[in-house]
Parts: sequence; C-alpha cells; structure tokens
Amino acid sequence: MGNITLRQVSKSFGAATIIPNIDLNIEDGEFVVFVGPSGCGKSTLLRLIAGLEDVSGGTIGIDGRDVTNEAPARRKLAMVFQSYALYPHMTVAKNIAFPLKMAGENRETIDRKVREAARVLNLTDYLDRRPGQLSGGQRQRVAIGRAIVRQPTAFLFDEPLSNLDAALRGTMRLEISELHHQLKTTMIYVTHDQIEAMTMADKIVVLNAGRVEQVGSPMELYRSPQNLFVAGFIGSPRMNLIDGETAGKHGAHTIGIRPEHLTISTSEGAWKASVGVAEHLGSDTFLHVQAEGVGPLTVRADGEFAVRHGDTIYLSPISSKVHRFDQNGKAI
Amino acid sequence: MARTVPTGTKLGWTIAAWVVALLIFFPILYTIVTSFKSETEAIAGFNLVPSGTLESYREVQSQYNYFKPFMNSVIIAVGSTILALLVAIPAAWSMAFSPTKRTKDILMWMLSTKMMPAVAVLVPMYLIFRDWGLLDSRIGLTVMLMLINLPIVVWMLYTYFREIPGEILEAARMDGATLWGEIVYVLTPMAVPGIASTLLLNIILAWNEAFWTIRLTTTNAAPLTAFIVSFSSPQGLFWAKLSAASTLAIAPILVLGWFSQKQLVRGLTFGAVK
Repeated sequence: MGNITLRQVSKSFGAATIIPNIDLNIEDGEFVVFVGPSGCGKSTLLRLIAGLEDVSGGTIGIDGRDVTNEAPARRKLAMVFQSYALYPHMTVAKNIAFPLKMAGENRETIDRKVREAARVLNLTDYLDRRPGQLSGGQRQRVAIGRAIVRQPTAFLFDEPLSNLDAALRGTMRLEISELHHQLKTTMIYVTHDQIEAMTMADKIVVLNAGRVEQVGSPMELYRSPQNLFVAGFIGSPRMNLIDGETAGKHGAHTIGIRPEHLTISTSEGAWKASVGVAEHLGSDTFLHVQAEGVGPLTVRADGEFAVRHGDTIYLSPISSKVHRFDQNGKAI
Repeated sequence: MARTVPTGTKLGWTIAAWVVALLIFFPILYTIVTSFKSETEAIAGFNLVPSGTLESYREVQSQYNYFKPFMNSVIIAVGSTILALLVAIPAAWSMAFSPTKRTKDILMWMLSTKMMPAVAVLVPMYLIFRDWGLLDSRIGLTVMLMLINLPIVVWMLYTYFREIPGEILEAARMDGATLWGEIVYVLTPMAVPGIASTLLLNIILAWNEAFWTIRLTTTNAAPLTAFIVSFSSPQGLFWAKLSAASTLAIAPILVLGWFSQKQLVRGLTFGAVK
C-alpha cells in the first residue's frame, strides 16, 4: 500500500511561510507530479512527506497511520535526490546494499536483492565501481537502485533528471515511467519541467507560492485549467493570454488560446498578423507573430509551413477551445 | 586557452621560490650543521662545513636521558590531539550540519581566544595548576595543550564537514541509518582525509609548543622543548650541544612531517580550490 494523506499541512521558516495550508490525497500506486516554478515550495512539500523537515502545522498520514512526528526511516519511503547523493566511498553494490544493511538483512538476501536491482537497472557490469567512475545516467540508476531494494511504500523523486543532458533526460523519463508500470508503487515526483509532468504523471499537482493551484490528470489540466496560472504553466509553448477589447468580445477579462488552437490562413481570418520569428522543429513550426489589435501571439503550424519574416497571415481561434477568465484570473 | 608563461619568467620564479624556501629552512639547516661541530668550531664564526664530530650528541645523551622527554612529548602531543578530536568532532558536526544564528559567532569567539598572548593568562593558569596539583604533570599539560589547540581543530574539522553535502547524510537517514550509523558508515569514512590532516597538524603544533610546556614543567613531565632549554642556561651557552639537543628534539617531527606532507598540504588547502 502507499496511500499518502496531507491534512492542513503548513511549513514556515521563521517569519517566512513557505506552505500556508495544503490538503492532498495521493492514492496507492499513483504517479503524482508536483510541478511549479522555482521557489513554489514543491521540494519543501516533498521533504515534509519524507520527514526531512518538520511540519509547522497539520498532519501527514501514510496508509492511515499518522507519521507526522516519525523519523524519515520509519516512514518506509525511499527518496532519489537531485544530486543523486550516492556514498562516494562505497562501490555501486555497497551503495545499493546500504538500506538493506541498515535494516539488518542477512548477507544472502542482500546479495540477491542487489543483483536483482542491478539487473533491472542494467548495472550488473558496474557493481564494483565507485560513483565517481560512473556517468550521470548511471549514477541516477544507482540512486534508483538504492531506492527500489527496500521495497518502500512510496518513492519520492526530487528533480532527479535536472542534472542530465536533454537526450539522457528523455531516456531516463521513459525508464522511470517503465519502472512505475513494473513496480506499481506510489511515486511522487518533483519537477519544474512541465514536459516531465505531462508525460509521466497520472496526477499533476500544480503549486504556486506554496498553494495548490489545481490537481488533476495531465489532460484535465491541459483542457480545463482552473485559473490563469495553470493555463500559463501547463502546455508548451505556453498558452496565449489576451486582455482588453478582444477578451471583452468573448465576455471575459482575459482569454487564453493555445498555439495549436489557432487556424492559419493567408487570405482571411479574425486577426491579421505579421510574422516575426519562425521556429522550424521539423514536425511543427512555431510562429511568433504580432497580431493587429491583439498583441504578440505564438502559433503552431505544420512542419512544412512555408513562411518568411514579415509575411502577413490571418489567424482565427477555434471558438470551442477559447479559455475565459474573470478579473481574478479564475476560469469562467 | 592556457596562459603561456615565458621560460625566463618561469626560471625567475623558480629561483625566487627556492631562495625563499632556503631562507625559511636555513635556521634548521644551520642547527643541524652546528650539531656536528665541536664547541670550538661552533663559536668560530659562520661555517657551513662541520667536522662531523658526534661529540655533542654523546655529551647531550650522557647529561640528560633523551628517552624520557621524548616519551613525554609523544604522550602529550598524541594525548592532547586525541582529546581535542574527541571534543571537536561532535562540536564541528553540530555546527556544520545544524547551524544556528549564533554558529558563526561561536566560531569567531573560539578563534578570538587565539588572538590573546598566552602570557596574559600565565599567572592565573599557573595558580590553577599549582592549586590542583597539576604542575609538572603529563595530565595537566595534555589538557592544557588540548585546550589551546582546540579552536584550530574545531575550525579545520568544521571546514571539512561543511564540504560534505548534506543530501548524502539525508540519504543515509532515508535509508534507515541511525545517528550512529550515519556517523560510522557515512560521515567518518568521507571525512577521513580531513580528520587525518587535522590530527597531523595538531600533533606538530603540540610537539612544538614551548610557552606552556616550559613554564608548567620541571623534570617529570618535561617534554623535548624543556629538554632543549635545559642546555641553554646553567653552564653558559654551548652552541654545539644546544644544536645537538635541538636536532634530537625536532628530528621525530621532521620525519613525521616529511612522510605526511602530501596529506598535510591537502588538508591545509582544502576548500580553497573547488
């Protein structure tokens, strides 16, 4: 089981309140991603769940048991750190074996579990090496290996891929998702990268200044953001947000339209726009345009879309995909 | 691109470095050279080539048993270092990993005790030693040297521990390590180079300490520093004998320093280059 419940959890450092009050339910086996900009409190929230920080108020429950005042080790959670936090003086095998040794397992069990974890993570050939002799991706696998041998109630990942290069990040993202399918254990994953959040999560928790802005599946957040913050944060490139007269025509203070929900024509449309930079990604082309009476917009076009700097195009929003927000930024 | 330094400049700096190094080493070299001279040669004026006589060493050994002060030095230097480490490791640990608003002030206060001249507290210290019956005792001197070197030991260990990423200790905590497990299996093995160089430096400092060791001892607990002094006054100055005594006193620590120089340099420059 790996059911985690947060009730009115708050955290302050001196006079600074990092997390005001959070209520959250994480179901057994879920892959939950905490996402938000730097300093939004997502890592602090993870550390509160881990027990590495004490809560200032509220309770944390794991499988119905109140663990608010329990030491990290007694919560039966495993954590993978951003810096990997491997023990530099131990070999890969000893790193993976460490939690088992601390749990007082016998040597045969430790050997068997270490070999099994190494096999799953393709580390068998590296068991005698030290962390310093491994690449970033291999170190990350060792950190994951150290977490899985304990068979924890839940895994906690604190921005585990941010030190890797882009290609490796993509590979490791898949590996972690695959691992989740194999183990079916609850995973909580912290990231500021909304692509990681969208691709890996069963459930995304969007955080901003210590508050939960919205909780939902990736597509729920994409389709129906509850407020301007979530609308702007989820989706890449980000949603175009338009104020003023144009929004007024839709009966809103602000409207949002995603780059992929604008149709392009060279002859007619709702908004006339002049093309600035065109980013050709192969499969898609992102056009950064200046629309008359609307302002700057980003538009997704077909990969083969031929356009030059300064060309005039016409854009029309797909009306069913227009998001409307009131003056408080709440979705209408 | 690496900066290219002209060969002439490089040669100039090399020569300058050797000159400075020789100037620093010269008093020790001349002491060793003089110890192999006869008393007549020693007062005859500057001369770098001794006759090679061992007469001074024989006389020193016949007047004063070298072994006793040597053992006192070993006991006092090693003992005070172990005591200092026992106190400093937990102190540095708590300041490095659970710092409070006052941690920096405490560190500064500890260092400030080294800014006071030792003679300022000579009378009170002497009276305390007298009243507690610690005069001329190895225990008293060991505790004294532990106390005077403690600020440096705490500072060095604190600097070392600060370099150990806190996340590694947190990982150990998550992995189920108790405080004891964290210290034994993770912190200590990672800090061994730092602890070793602190130990070496403290032994050297304690071995060479001359102010308190001379003033708080007479015969029983007198270490090698007092052994040197005993050759400087009673029967007038005998340069060759004094040099022989000094050479005997510094030889063990020179040998220790020579074999551990790599460790020492690493320890003393730790944290300077990342």
